[in-house]
Amino acid sequence: MAENVINKDIVKEENLVYKKTDLLTEKPLSYCPGCGHGTVHRLVMEVVEELEAQDKTVGVAPVGCSVLAYEFMDIDMQQAAHGRAPALATAIKRLFPENYVFTYQGDGDLAAIGTAETIHACNRGENITIIFVNNGIYGMTGGQMAPTTLPGMKSSTSPYGREVHSMGAPMKITELVAELPGTYYVTRQAVHTPAAARKAKKALKKAFENQKLQKGLSFVEIVSNCNSGWKMTPVQANQWMVDNMFPFYPLGDIKVPEE
Amino acid sequence: MKELRLMKGNEAIAEAAIRAGVDGYFGYPITPQSEVLEYLMLQKPEERTGMVVLQAESEVAAINMVYGGAGAGKMIMTSSSSPGISLKQEGITYIAGAELPCLILNVVRGGPGLGTIQPAQSDYFQSVKGGGHGDYRMIVLAPFSVQEMYDFVETGFDLAFKYRTPVMVLSDGAIGQMMEKVEVGEQKQRLSNEQVKERCPWATTGKDANRERNIITSLDLDPQQQEDFNHHLQAKYKEIEEKEVRFEEIQTEDAEYIFVAYGTSSRICQKSVQLARAKGLKVGLLRPITLFPFPSKRLLELSKQVKGILSVEMSAGQMIEDIKLAVECNIPVEHFGRMGGIIPSPEEVVEALEQKFL
Repeated sequence: MAENVINKDIVKEENLVYKKTDLLTEKPLSYCPGCGHGTVHRLVMEVVEELEAQDKTVGVAPVGCSVLAYEFMDIDMQQAAHGRAPALATAIKRLFPENYVFTYQGDGDLAAIGTAETIHACNRGENITIIFVNNGIYGMTGGQMAPTTLPGMKSSTSPYGREVHSMGAPMKITELVAELPGTYYVTRQAVHTPAAARKAKKALKKAFENQKLQKGLSFVEIVSNCNSGWKMTPVQANQWMVDNMFPFYPLGDIKVPEE
Repeated sequence: MKELRLMKGNEAIAEAAIRAGVDGYFGYPITPQSEVLEYLMLQKPEERTGMVVLQAESEVAAINMVYGGAGAGKMIMTSSSSPGISLKQEGITYIAGAELPCLILNVVRGGPGLGTIQPAQSDYFQSVKGGGHGDYRMIVLAPFSVQEMYDFVETGFDLAFKYRTPVMVLSDGAIGQMMEKVEVGEQKQRLSNEQVKERCPWATTGKDANRERNIITSLDLDPQQQEDFNHHLQAKYKEIEEKEVRFEEIQTEDAEYIFVAYGTSSRICQKSVQLARAKGLKVGLLRPITLFPFPSKRLLELSKQVKGILSVEMSAGQMIEDIKLAVECNIPVEHFGRMGGIIPSPEEVVEALEQKFL
């Protein structure tokens, strides 16, 4: 019995190597086990915590799996109609320029129904951060084809695989917005490994810090998985993402401000 | 000291916005209301008051900017005309669902579809009965002069913040485009961010240590909670119906017949009353100023005095349904209207009255 270590013996200041950020609420995440959203939520809130900006950060989460992000992020947030988050964020930022304002959008939201709002917010160089979680599918509604679904990839509305000839090619909207003069920093990251998550966090932090510079819009794509929608285990989904999504959506910076 | 200006209706509402201390305007050009955005851009309100004015990429984006700004507790407005207002319906129902205050101007033109750029009153159903999806209402103010275009900015925002609800100013192409003398008010200071936080403790101004986080949303996945919220909204609309009805009566004291008309139609009917009286007909006018809430109680009272009501609208007959509901079948209610951008003449209105009732 002497070896029986109990929790309070472990949780000591000197043993503390990791702690959940205080800016995530205690509410259990509603995402599927294996989904990348939980990690991205944590990274975003860690960045806000490190910037000591809880009292001056406003997030906007539109329709999609992350529409309930406000349940998990302990900051002021607005829920937006499908695709409209950049429009909301435009106004919030212009009326409170001293606040950090970010949107947290999925691929169907950002690259299909919200294409106009996305492109024009980028083109105006709104001084906000857009976080774009791209998993190549509509997760919330049950796995339909998204604008970023890969050629040949099966979904409930492309049950025989996406046929480019009739359904169009997947849209590389991140490369597209990088062409606009209003974007200041555009990058594509992932969170499937600890190393990737650390890099993604650096990118997110830079994207938030850029708001202080007032030089334009920062756009961070996170290529992520949807094991439920892809009908795979979490491990299979991450491997499939590495093998198929990354070659089409290569990770790394796309537009970096000149030093 | 009165300050008088000669202005278009669309310019008057824009000037009123600046002077009322409005924080933001988001719009998209469409005839016959483009002067609102044009006037604001020309006036450099960023310099005059710090007001944010932005031409959005679409009406859809503009109304969602209104949502964002209103959710941050600021005084925000937009304007458009019928086809553009149709596009804004998505945002309006989200604004109603999230209980956000804002002001929306509709300078109505004839429809359906692209219709015409001439004035009409065919958006009554859309404005008064809902427009977007779900059980909601908004307060609808119907100006009949350029002066009221000016005055309804403050009235509208007062009501919007009092009830946390979108308010629509339902105008039309004639009142938007015509020029009249306007008495303009004094320049008011925009609220400071501290004052905004005080007035709107629910707004997303940034969560500080003294309060829980603020969430602006219209989503509730729990059916019971959603139904409770629906009841809350309905209670609010009932309160509005009890407290905020506005209307004007002209020569109804001894009237045997009355016209019911709002906006441009009510201007025409003022003349029609004179013409009818000159013919010896005892005719009056009831002009609803709020279309929601509708002056139903007053109409029910009048239905015990008059022999008939002529609803005069520049539409196929939309408001007439609310008049019929109000008078509980006590008296006949008839419709006279012109469509397609045609404004009826005072003589035609009197003729219609004679034809239908005498």
